[in-house]
Amino acid sequence: MDFIAIFSIFILACFVGYFVVWSVTPALHTPLMSVTNAISSVIIVGALIASAAAGSASSKWLGLAAVVMASINIFGGFAVTSRMLAMYKKKGR
Amino acid sequence: MDVQAILSAATGNHGAVNPYAAIAYLVSGILFILALRGLSSPATAQSGNRFGVIGMTIAVVTTMITHAPEAMVLDGDGSFVLDTVGLIEILVAIGIGAVIGIVMARKIAMTAMPQLVAAFHSLVGLAAVAVAAAAYLNPGAFGIADAAGQIFTVSRVEMGLGIAIGAITFSGSVIAFLKLNGNMSGAPIMLPLRHVINLGTLAAIIGLVAYFTVDQSPWVFWTVTGLSFVIGFLLIIPIGGADMPVVVSMLNSYSGWAAAAMGFTLHNTAMIITGALVGSSGAILSYIMCRAMNRSFISVIAGGFGADAAASGGGSKEQRPWKPGSADDAAFLMSQAENVIIVPGYGMAVAQAQHALREMADVLKKEGVNVKYAIHPVAGRMPGHMNVLLAEANVPYDEVFELEDINGEFAQADVAFVIGANDVTNPAAKTDKTSPIYGMPVLDVEKAKTVLFVKRSMGGVGYAGVDNDVFYMDQTMMLLGDAKKMADDIVKALNGGGH
Repeated sequence: MDFIAIFSIFILACFVGYFVVWSVTPALHTPLMSVTNAISSVIIVGALIASAAAGSASSKWLGLAAVVMASINIFGGFAVTSRMLAMYKKKGR
Repeated sequence: MDVQAILSAATGNHGAVNPYAAIAYLVSGILFILALRGLSSPATAQSGNRFGVIGMTIAVVTTMITHAPEAMVLDGDGSFVLDTVGLIEILVAIGIGAVIGIVMARKIAMTAMPQLVAAFHSLVGLAAVAVAAAAYLNPGAFGIADAAGQIFTVSRVEMGLGIAIGAITFSGSVIAFLKLNGNMSGAPIMLPLRHVINLGTLAAIIGLVAYFTVDQSPWVFWTVTGLSFVIGFLLIIPIGGADMPVVVSMLNSYSGWAAAAMGFTLHNTAMIITGALVGSSGAILSYIMCRAMNRSFISVIAGGFGADAAASGGGSKEQRPWKPGSADDAAFLMSQAENVIIVPGYGMAVAQAQHALREMADVLKKEGVNVKYAIHPVAGRMPGHMNVLLAEANVPYDEVFELEDINGEFAQADVAFVIGANDVTNPAAKTDKTSPIYGMPVLDVEKAKTVLFVKRSMGGVGYAGVDNDVFYMDQTMMLLGDAKKMADDIVKALNGGGH
């Protein structure tokens, strides 16, 4: 993919983000932050590539360290979001 | 660098991309969009979260298949040999992260959410730094270098930006964490000449990233990394505790841009889409927080808020008469009321009064009183924090209203019950141009027939250090004491005096 194609995806995604985030109810802004935290750890993709690659030991260990950090975020972020969302209940019991 | 190399770099000739993998990453990017979309209502939020989990699983599995650890020695016919040890190492790394993450998520108190989020941001930042460094050390593995080991020009810019934003996110979040967690004073730390130092450091980082495109020597790369760690630290230390909701949102945004920059480096659509989503999300939340405090983004970044407030708060204050009340008085007034609006603030959460408060509301509702909660956007320590704290105390979310939705109802309310909040109810924000909080949107509690104001003592003032006229109004009754004890006592009085 060339740079312009990637850049186009990026700009369009910024617009999608703008509209989607404004539609998030303010009551859920804290879960929004914890879930964005979890999904931004998709950089684990880069960490996995580094840790699987042969050729540089230091690169591999940096990759593995990043896998640990990103995993903490992914599991922790989704788990704490789910824990919070489970607390939101409607009236009437 | 010759023209040919620049051209090939500019057009991003990064080798073949597996089309199936590209589609898979696109799918996970779309699932992440749906994860955020679900948050438009509490009813759909859980399924949104599941979309997020599925998206992440797709991204991880795809990468592990297309970039499975390869053994150094190929067998006779040159076919692929899986490096089992390497695979186990990766799985162990994921496992370690999973255990730490899940334990943290289970144990964390809801009042400590801002710290947890700051800690998570710091990890995203540090992981981005580690990935960028790994890509710098082994560019061939990421398909961003030519045969001679020269990294493509575009990739150098992307990588430089990625490591700079990642490092700023990391060190900034660490400071935010320490301030929120109370390990470091919330008071702003003002270095002399800090604007000169900060701008100089930023200029140096930008200059070095530009220089990195012509010279990929290690000193350039590592100096950018080091300076970025320093600037992240310098940017956050002068920002006071009251501005932390903005800072946490801003760092959320940075963590997104860091992920996007790495996505550009790796040509990965899942990372780019996610980075753009998270980046916009954090930016919008920062804007909402700034607007709620009537602070400009620039003045938050410039820092120092809270220092001048402490000075003005210490000045001489005129003694004005105010009316004290007891839990029994409050119970009587509220049980006779038709409409009660509860205005909780962070002081309520600090006193752990949310459960007692909800009990109070339950008793009132049983007696036929219409109870609603009014939330100011900065009622908690981060966006939406107060809503989570109330939800944790089993307050139904459809009884909780945002400022703009409920402000018109105070005029019809018999009682406004303010507990642990102060500045967000101060009418001076609407009338007194000299007030430090002038222009900040506030809850119109003074329009209610009676205002019950729970406060620890008459001495303390809010973050902004300003006196609140509501204390001294005729219809206001000050309920002095610990928020939790006061709520408990009101419940007792309601139950005892009811029959």
